[in-house]
Amino acid sequence: MKLVGFFLLLAGWLIVLAALAVIGSGVPLEAFILSGVGVEVLGLALVVRSHLVPHRDGV
Amino acid sequence: MPAPSLPETTSILCVFLILLVPFAIAGIALINTGLGRSHGAAHTMLASLCVFAVACGVYVICGFAWQGYIGMPAHTVAVSGKPWNWIGAQPLFLRHLEMDGSASSLAAMLQMFCVALAALIPLGAGIDRWRLAAICSSTALLAGWTYPLFAHWVWGGGWLAQLGVNYGLGHGFVDAGGASSIQVLGGLTALSIAWILGPRRGKYSPEGMPSAIPGHNAVMVLLGCLLALLGWLGLNSAGAILFTGSQPGATVLIAINTTLSAASAGLAAALITRARFGRPDVSLTANGWVSGLVASSAACAFVVPAGAVLIGLVGGALTTLSVEWFELRMRVDDPGGAISVHAVSGLWGLLAVGLFAELPARVMNVAGAAERGDSGQWLAQIVGIATLLGFVFPLTYGLNRALDLICPHRVVAEGERQGLDLYELGSGAYPEFVTHTEDFTQH
Repeated sequence: MKLVGFFLLLAGWLIVLAALAVIGSGVPLEAFILSGVGVEVLGLALVVRSHLVPHRDGV
Repeated sequence: MPAPSLPETTSILCVFLILLVPFAIAGIALINTGLGRSHGAAHTMLASLCVFAVACGVYVICGFAWQGYIGMPAHTVAVSGKPWNWIGAQPLFLRHLEMDGSASSLAAMLQMFCVALAALIPLGAGIDRWRLAAICSSTALLAGWTYPLFAHWVWGGGWLAQLGVNYGLGHGFVDAGGASSIQVLGGLTALSIAWILGPRRGKYSPEGMPSAIPGHNAVMVLLGCLLALLGWLGLNSAGAILFTGSQPGATVLIAINTTLSAASAGLAAALITRARFGRPDVSLTANGWVSGLVASSAACAFVVPAGAVLIGLVGGALTTLSVEWFELRMRVDDPGGAISVHAVSGLWGLLAVGLFAELPARVMNVAGAAERGDSGQWLAQIVGIATLLGFVFPLTYGLNRALDLICPHRVVAEGERQGLDLYELGSGAYPEFVTHTEDFTQH
């Protein structure tokens, strides 16, 4: 789950870069950039969930 | 396009402002130490000095070579016919850099302190369980690669700063005082370190309930807040002059905004903790104060004082709530509150540029910047935030995770029980005091 989360973070950023490189300007650019950020939020949620299981706690 | 030049009086002012920045480093070091336990105080303070030393050394060796400065040689790739400036192309060891008070030499001087400040932030999340060798190694990675790369994109005329020129997104990504390259970058590294280290021994019960492990010296923490203000006044002012082309006269507005933001954030944190717990909480109020400084950094030169108050209020409230959220919901043990103070508040500060900033017609964040409007500025800020979350965060997590395999970050259980002062240094910060190492462990 952690790896998928980080993959989605990176994928979201690449969507943002691709939007800039391919679309350039205009309303679709905003939509694609916000979509990329949405994918990043999804990735962040996955990464967070994967770390919720306690580990290496010396209790 | 040559690097921008500065009048002599502006250079002198910049030198003075840059010499204030180490106070921010001292402030953060004191805050981290005060919020840790007494049996690790000397270790935290020594680690702060080591971080400072390693960060400066590595940055001078190779960091500035990757980062460069506006108008200096850099590697560029053409994407759909637009030039994307992605990394500096300077020689190592600051060679070919004239130390004559030019804008580029002043930028190198400021950056040496900035990288130390950024590297100090993760220490707040790793207090009482992070080995000194691992701290130094992690700092070297941050100062030698992560920081210079991203800072080039923002402050070296890189592709984020070029978003205005290339794609008409306002003036491109704007960050006068380092909310992104210093604060969020440091805060995301702190989150990575907190996850890799895991919580302190005894912090969570087997059922996952957190127990309070209070800081050992509130006075040290509050003194750190005051020193941090002094440092931030220099950092925001010098950054605005060197990286956005602000006039020396703007220092007055920047100083007022920085102070107002810190004050309102500190008050917001005090009021929220007063309302929730019946009395103001010292550590959360201190965290609130610093979060106001962090939130002020990006927009300090471009908002009216009322805007700075609003940025501070939101920053202080966000930090106070997110400290609790990270501890209770996410089970992240962050003794210094570094993630909330620097990452959360820094992201808010970056967004605030798009919401509240009234940028001048010409922002000198790229060589030969032309007059531009503010249209699309919010989108440029979003692209910068997306880069921090989508590129910098996986990068810093991956680097530190790989480092953990070679040089384990976490001290062994016996070292944590003894305290890092005794275990790693052989003597404590307070040898005449009796310390109770088992006070906070679960029985």
